[in-house]
Amino acid sequence: MEQPGRTMLAKIWDQHVIAHVSDDTDLLHVDRHLLHDLGGSRGLLDLKSRGLTVHNPELTFATPDHAISTAQGRAGTIKIGLELLAALRVETTASGIRLFDIDEPGQGIVHVIGPELGLSLPGCLIVCGDSHTCTHGGLGALAFGIGSSELTHVLATQALIQRRPKTMRVRFEGELPPGITAKDMILALIGHVGAAGGTGYAVEYAGSAIRDLPVEGRLTICNLSIELGAKIGMVAPDDKAFEYIRGRRYAPQGEMWARAVEAWRRLPSDPGAVFDREVVIDVASIEPQVTWGISPEHVIGIDGHIPDPQATDDPERRAALQTALDYMGLEAGAPIAGTPVDWVFIGSCTNSRLSDLRAAAEIARGRKVAPGVRAWIVPGSETVKRDAVAEGLDKIFTEAGFEWREPGCSMCLAANGETVAPGQRSVSTSNRNFIGRQGPRARTHLASPASAAAAAIAGAIADVRTMER
Amino acid sequence: MPKPFGTLTAVAAPIMRSNIDTDVIIRIERLVGNGIRGSLGKWAFGSLRYLPDGSENPEFILNRAPYREAEILVTGPNFGCGSSREGAVWALQERGIRAVIGSSFGDIFFANCFQNGILPVVVDKAIVDGLAAEIELTQGAGRIGIDLEAQTITSPMGKTHHFEIDPRRRAGLLEGLDEVALTLQRDDEIRAFQAADRNQRPWIHFAGKQP
Repeated sequence: MEQPGRTMLAKIWDQHVIAHVSDDTDLLHVDRHLLHDLGGSRGLLDLKSRGLTVHNPELTFATPDHAISTAQGRAGTIKIGLELLAALRVETTASGIRLFDIDEPGQGIVHVIGPELGLSLPGCLIVCGDSHTCTHGGLGALAFGIGSSELTHVLATQALIQRRPKTMRVRFEGELPPGITAKDMILALIGHVGAAGGTGYAVEYAGSAIRDLPVEGRLTICNLSIELGAKIGMVAPDDKAFEYIRGRRYAPQGEMWARAVEAWRRLPSDPGAVFDREVVIDVASIEPQVTWGISPEHVIGIDGHIPDPQATDDPERRAALQTALDYMGLEAGAPIAGTPVDWVFIGSCTNSRLSDLRAAAEIARGRKVAPGVRAWIVPGSETVKRDAVAEGLDKIFTEAGFEWREPGCSMCLAANGETVAPGQRSVSTSNRNFIGRQGPRARTHLASPASAAAAAIAGAIADVRTMER
Repeated sequence: MPKPFGTLTAVAAPIMRSNIDTDVIIRIERLVGNGIRGSLGKWAFGSLRYLPDGSENPEFILNRAPYREAEILVTGPNFGCGSSREGAVWALQERGIRAVIGSSFGDIFFANCFQNGILPVVVDKAIVDGLAAEIELTQGAGRIGIDLEAQTITSPMGKTHHFEIDPRRRAGLLEGLDEVALTLQRDDEIRAFQAADRNQRPWIHFAGKQP
């Protein structure tokens, strides 16, 4: 009998099974465990308090990103952030875990440094105590976020008990119109399937528009998987992925490289693979996307109007829309373009890589940030920062009136005290427009780096396509 | 190690908006630091529970009698979506919540619940809506019963509903099992896997040394 085609998820999953725990649940090997300052030392201390040691410190890597200041010289890092940094240094040293410390190439947002260092590889199982770990799936890794208890479990055992998820394939087909980015593609998908559309699934992104995307765009796509409810997102590795990885610090080298690539070529889903759910998105019709509400599913095209709660018959939906409008201080039926903004944040594990900064700089070059707007550029890593400086991007930004910062998570989740003030409106390249995400009562609109730069220049939510050269 | 969960009969509070994220359950600044456990209960749902001046929002359900005493939440779809922060579960637990009932939950939140002895019950949305309606009718006086062993919930009006749960998760909650200790009993298997995998995928293991 002919074997049915296997999905990439099944291939990678099966390769990591140490033992079957029940019909649909397995004990899986963890290939890479990434720690950050918010939960890293807590996990290591938890382990110590149980009298246990780190099972495989050489497969564990750490960096501070969440709680450190991104001001020049790290000025103003909050006291608790300093304590967490100190604890991370002490505990990783004691356990023999490599720490990429501040000012050192390798430091940065965990989901930026993993791919950058060649730690994130196709077919690799990666976990981190952070929901955006799905990012690494952009290189064909099986990567997902875990909680504190699971983090301790991985430190102690280098393994994790997981239930096999259902599979969903999202095919982005067609040619991307000018000015439309990976961020617009994934936001459009979330608008289409909803914030719970992927709950319980591992999503594989496929189709011509995904193949056409550079690796950094694929990382952005996978990064927002969790915002459609899926804790795993992945893209089949191809020559583009291999070229991205080749020569990176922790990537296989020499003879090992050829062996690895040979194995990676077998990972993509077989032609006859069956998925539990299929979604097709025609990218030709995607406009620049911007969120208007308090969930990433509250998203519209830049030419769109803010939804009117009265236009729906469903009382639950009406109430939800009204809650979102009240929080955001927006008027039903008004066009989203032209909404005045106070803040622009370009950064986060979603959109802080070199290509993101280049796209924003292209809009910023020779222009000025509108009066009254504060605009921050927070590179995703020390290496991104240095590469950007070498290209002169920092000058383009500072001459335009943007503030050039040190790498970290910063205002994406405001864990380090860097917040948007209550009631102020921000256009952000990050991943969550939740209530209070960027600070108590802050109002967040998610958009692409180019769209965010356009908003900074215009002083309002703006159609980036009118500013492109 | 989680406390065992068997049965529970308690006041239940409906929080029915869909997509209540873990940022809303607990704000990030409450979670920065290693000594936070035990301090989180009063910050659960802080953005909804308190007004900008810091006083209690009388409109928010957990600030109203009898829901102040709630040990069960009846929730809208996709409750606990977003951030992986286990602090969301700790905050609910420290607020006195022992079970959450909904039609779907954020995947990571769902797993985190079990790790802390909190029972997330998944039932059809029609049943969730029915429970919320009955709670409203009885103005919260009617209690919800949960029997994990029997896999049933009993509504305030006495209707019984069956729920499905992963047998392994169920056993773990009933007995309050320590997953780390259980997995460490299989360490021989983990090490055997790694030894074989070093030949299969040497690049994963840095062939014995880390650059």
